[in-house]
Amino acid sequence: MEIKTTRRKRIHLRRFLPLYLMMIPGLLYLLINNYLPMFGLSIAFKNVNYAQGIWGSDWVGISNFEYLFRTTDAYIITRNTLLYNAVFIVLGLTIAIAIAILLNEIRSKMARGFYQSVILLPYLISMILVSYLVYALLSPQSGFMNKTILPMFGLDPISWYLESKYWPYILTIVHIWKGAGYSCIVFLAAIIGIDREYYEAAELDGATKWMQIRKITLPMITPIITMLALLGIGRIFYSDFGLFYQVPMNSGALYETTNVIDTYVFRGLLQIGDIGMSAAAGFYQSLVGFVLVLVSNYIVRRFDKDNALF
Amino acid sequence: MTRQYIGWRTASHVIMALLSLACLLPFVLLFTSSVTDADTIVKEGYTFVPSKLSFAAYDYLFANSKTVIHAYGITILTTVIGTTASLLMTSMLAYPLSRKDLPGGMVIAFIVFFTLLFNGGLVPTYMIYTQMFDIQNTFLAQVIPWLLMNGFNVLLMRAFFMNSIPVPVLESASIDGAGEFTIYYKIVLQLSLPILATIGLFQALAYWNDWNNGLVFITEARLFNLQNVLNKIMSDIEFLTSSASMGAGSVAAQLPSETFRMAIAVVGIVPILIAYPFFQKYFVKGLTIGAVKG
Repeated sequence: MEIKTTRRKRIHLRRFLPLYLMMIPGLLYLLINNYLPMFGLSIAFKNVNYAQGIWGSDWVGISNFEYLFRTTDAYIITRNTLLYNAVFIVLGLTIAIAIAILLNEIRSKMARGFYQSVILLPYLISMILVSYLVYALLSPQSGFMNKTILPMFGLDPISWYLESKYWPYILTIVHIWKGAGYSCIVFLAAIIGIDREYYEAAELDGATKWMQIRKITLPMITPIITMLALLGIGRIFYSDFGLFYQVPMNSGALYETTNVIDTYVFRGLLQIGDIGMSAAAGFYQSLVGFVLVLVSNYIVRRFDKDNALF
Repeated sequence: MTRQYIGWRTASHVIMALLSLACLLPFVLLFTSSVTDADTIVKEGYTFVPSKLSFAAYDYLFANSKTVIHAYGITILTTVIGTTASLLMTSMLAYPLSRKDLPGGMVIAFIVFFTLLFNGGLVPTYMIYTQMFDIQNTFLAQVIPWLLMNGFNVLLMRAFFMNSIPVPVLESASIDGAGEFTIYYKIVLQLSLPILATIGLFQALAYWNDWNNGLVFITEARLFNLQNVLNKIMSDIEFLTSSASMGAGSVAAQLPSETFRMAIAVVGIVPILIAYPFFQKYFVKGLTIGAVKG
């Protein structure tokens, strides 16, 4: 009996061995790229010393966090990250839904395909190229805004890259310009999937288009709206580093409104060399981010089990 | 009734046309600015209809094209190597996980999945790659960190394998004496071209557009990809001529800096614009899969 099971186990193992071998490169990569950094988060509790390395540096308890939260930076980056994401979620979803509804009204397949391709174009290019496009508009000496638009209304030129008060609007516009085409595709797919019979019945009853949208389209896609909103909330502690770093061209005068957790961590690590603070801010982001993902997933699950991530 | 519908349709067309313009015009402005005469720029700024044209920026660019061509080479090399390696690793991890009879499969699937929920972020990742693996200023730094493989694609591919490769096909191949690697290569990959194409396309785009790895891990100009060069020129307009390590800089032509910025961005954008119509269909399809699943 004993011998039989071990032998079966061995046959079992020999049969599956190639499958396990196949997984080694991928799992090794996840170990290096994902799991080691998770353990490396412990660096937030250390006094980083390059000579002693990441695992060997001395423990200093929570002093990195004490320094971090004593600065006004901690407040500013948290505030900026949360506010931008809140605006991005609300405005981003609203505009994407509106575009999807409009696209769905367009019957000609060719026209619809054309619009869709064009509004997806910004999604394809890198943030570096986006920063060039923004520069063409906002360059202080030669930008389209300062040289053409503002003079048209008799206004004085603005030093866009030095005045932080404009950037919440600029970054929001850029974010939506780049991402709306992408997010509207999900909604369009959902709207196309709605049974035509609902609309036909509504038409017979004399419902206007506007009523059809309010009473049929929107309720039918509510599950997806909820899901995307909650996914956004799960990621509310993370931001698009390129948007906040490249588009304002890392201009120090704008930090008040452009510094978010991701840019703060990057500058601390690679430009200012304040690794302790940077590691503490990164730890804060990873931890709160993780909790938020779990909470938002829990909420999705309560709404609709199928749409939950886990 | 019909009038109302025509109204809606017209309104939709008008709004969508305006939005399309909003998406396209910045690109047009970039292009017209790049061919504007340097003196005209001073007077009129970047504009859609420059009163005087000039290709000086492009002349300057061609005279100093070594760095740009080299950077394109790096971009193409990382994109090809990275995408190929990525597809291999992703599918080789996804296929065993798609086998319901694999002992421990669920545990490993969870290990993959957990990376989507929690991550160490920039600082520890930077430390691991630079201190444990000394990856900075090597070609591998453009390929490996963050981009090479991600758990989401593994799970996407696993779901595809589970749904569209019939188990009896795998079993009969196994009975005929095919080994697992043969089955993976001859059957699984051949039956999965749609998902390989989709994930491959997104990976290729990610590599093509990546500037983050270069920004974090690379300081030597010889390893800069196109995005890194563009990034550098934004803050250091003289970069093309000053990177003497590349052997450029022999041309002493006057640098038309304001138009040159626009010209180099045009050079960066054009390949994507040319390729877009060809992959556009797969791209939209892929977005729908990814977004619905995610």
